[in-house]
Amino acid sequence: MSLLDTIAFVFYNALFYAAPLIFTGLGAVFTERSGVTNIGLEGIMQVGAFTAILFNLFYADVFGSMTIWTAILVSMVVSAIFSLLLAVASITFRADQIISGTALNMLAAGLTIFLVKMIFGKGQTDMATEINSRFNVPVLKDIPVIGPIFFQNVYITSYLAILAAIIGWVIIYKTPFGLRLRAVGEHPMAADTMGINVNRMRYIAVMISGGLGGIGGAIFAQSFSMDYSHSTISGQGFMAIAAMIFGKWNPLGMMGAAIFFGFAQSLSTIGSNLPVIKDIPNVYLFILPYVLTVFAIAGFIGKSVAPKAINTPYIKGSR
Amino acid sequence: MKKSILSILSLLLVLGFVLVGCGKKEDDKQGASNNEGANNDAISIAMVTDTGGVDDKSFNQLAWEGLKAYGEENGLEKGDGGYDYLQSNTDADYVPNLNSLVRRDFDLIVATGFMLAEPIAEIADQKKDAKFVIIDSEVQKDNVASVMFKEQEASFLAGVAAALQTKTKKLGFVGGMESDVIERFETGFRAGVASVDPSIEVMINYTGSFGSPELGKAAANQMYTAGADIIFHASGGTGNGVFTEAVERKTADPNADVWVIGVDSDQYHLGKVNDDTNITLTSALKRIDVAINDVIKLTKEGNFPGGNTTTLGLAEDGVGLAETGGNLTAETLATVNEWKEKIVNGDLTVPGTYEELKSFEEQ
Repeated sequence: MSLLDTIAFVFYNALFYAAPLIFTGLGAVFTERSGVTNIGLEGIMQVGAFTAILFNLFYADVFGSMTIWTAILVSMVVSAIFSLLLAVASITFRADQIISGTALNMLAAGLTIFLVKMIFGKGQTDMATEINSRFNVPVLKDIPVIGPIFFQNVYITSYLAILAAIIGWVIIYKTPFGLRLRAVGEHPMAADTMGINVNRMRYIAVMISGGLGGIGGAIFAQSFSMDYSHSTISGQGFMAIAAMIFGKWNPLGMMGAAIFFGFAQSLSTIGSNLPVIKDIPNVYLFILPYVLTVFAIAGFIGKSVAPKAINTPYIKGSR
Repeated sequence: MKKSILSILSLLLVLGFVLVGCGKKEDDKQGASNNEGANNDAISIAMVTDTGGVDDKSFNQLAWEGLKAYGEENGLEKGDGGYDYLQSNTDADYVPNLNSLVRRDFDLIVATGFMLAEPIAEIADQKKDAKFVIIDSEVQKDNVASVMFKEQEASFLAGVAAALQTKTKKLGFVGGMESDVIERFETGFRAGVASVDPSIEVMINYTGSFGSPELGKAAANQMYTAGADIIFHASGGTGNGVFTEAVERKTADPNADVWVIGVDSDQYHLGKVNDDTNITLTSALKRIDVAINDVIKLTKEGNFPGGNTTTLGLAEDGVGLAETGGNLTAETLATVNEWKEKIVNGDLTVPGTYEELKSFEEQ
């Protein structure tokens, strides 16, 4: 591989890897901004991945090359409905958010595998056939240097994820809805006094996070594993939450953190075939993503402050 | 308030102990009575999976299929006194699972995977009367039979096949975690390639995980981009990503030269692109079912190989190369069979460690 090839590989692979994290992380930003921790995003991603693979397997004949995108939409809806469980438990019944989120994770892991066993009679689904493929952007791909890095071998999902993060930023910081969302997460009583329905806002935020988490899971499954088993989603939901904290509860910061994770990951992959670097023992390359993250968090981002009302159910009239 | 909760909790705890105690006794009785009723010739056998799960399309699944086939042949039923399995979802499940099978009085308890070596050594000391089989690792206890495979022989053949069919003279190897087993896969493969054509380059990438398709995919992508056309993976679930990458390339460009060599079981079905195309070249097989049947046979004859290590290679049919789908050409198969004969005859010893590989390459 030439130097340009190597740079291009690191770059698009980082974006590719980051896409599911960005969608899920964006979901985390929305729900946490409204004052609800959604630790259940891991489970929501599992539901999304499971739904997408199932849809991909059964409807590939009907939708052809559009299967992936319809599967993503269906996963979004199913996961949003699934996330209602968290909303009902932690908002209406004021259960502890961490515990109900954990319950969601356990439920999703058990339920999806149980359904897989019922449907397929084994521990994992068959391999889905419609796959998230890379493509070259016409015209732009021929620009020297920039073309190979940004516009060759790209995945649509990478750019959709970046777009989604930007839209998320606009919604949270530039619209009345976003202002209300942040108000509910910082000082729900003040928001309530100003006539905002706190619980309604929180329900909406949790469902948005469910939908986005479902998209993240669907993209992951249809890009990397192509089947669904107990190990398909293993920690990506928590990675997304980490990216959100790393990015200071800001959609753009979160996106940067997710791409950073992807960058570290693809460096460690390509490292074993680069001169000089390949003489470094593997173990150092394996821990590279984590070490870089620790350094970045400890050194560069400064203090990361959560929304004030996080983790506390809103009870009208209480102080 | 707090006190009352505490006392209720401790009451529950005590009750729990009492109930568990009762349960155990009943279990024992049941197991014993079942055993008496069972066919005298047939022995009851159960297995503990590693975290891959019982239907991992690979290792555990093969073992379980071996158990099932044996059970059905001998008219045994699933459950106590027949054949059964317990799945380990985390590393913490190994010891309790092994213990529970011992308590249920199975004649033979199989543990699949080197991750169970330590738990088995621990339980074997405590339960001297139980008989254990560990696959893919060596445990030096009188009541543990160890079964190992010469993975290097199967991957040697895979390497020969890949070297014969590569057009770009570049091959790839994606490994899971670094361990003795995967080292045997790697060295065998490289030796096979070098035996055909030493000028062929083999790119090596260890992903550090057996369950991360995203890492497998990135590694495969990088290798194919760098010009490799055949990748051999020995990385469990991470290998799914290798297949995904190859399928994606083949879907985008039907003329693309991308192939994957599967591992453990015949992974032909993973390489399906469409009804006419499949990118699985072959698979390096590990016949765990054969191994288990061998141990069962010996045990029945009263020669349970406790304390011994049985190593199965090409000569014992314990490893091999899959031919499903016909992606290997006739000439390749002929050459592969020539090499196979040499190995079976003992004319050729396939290197299984990096050091052996070095001296092999020097020859």
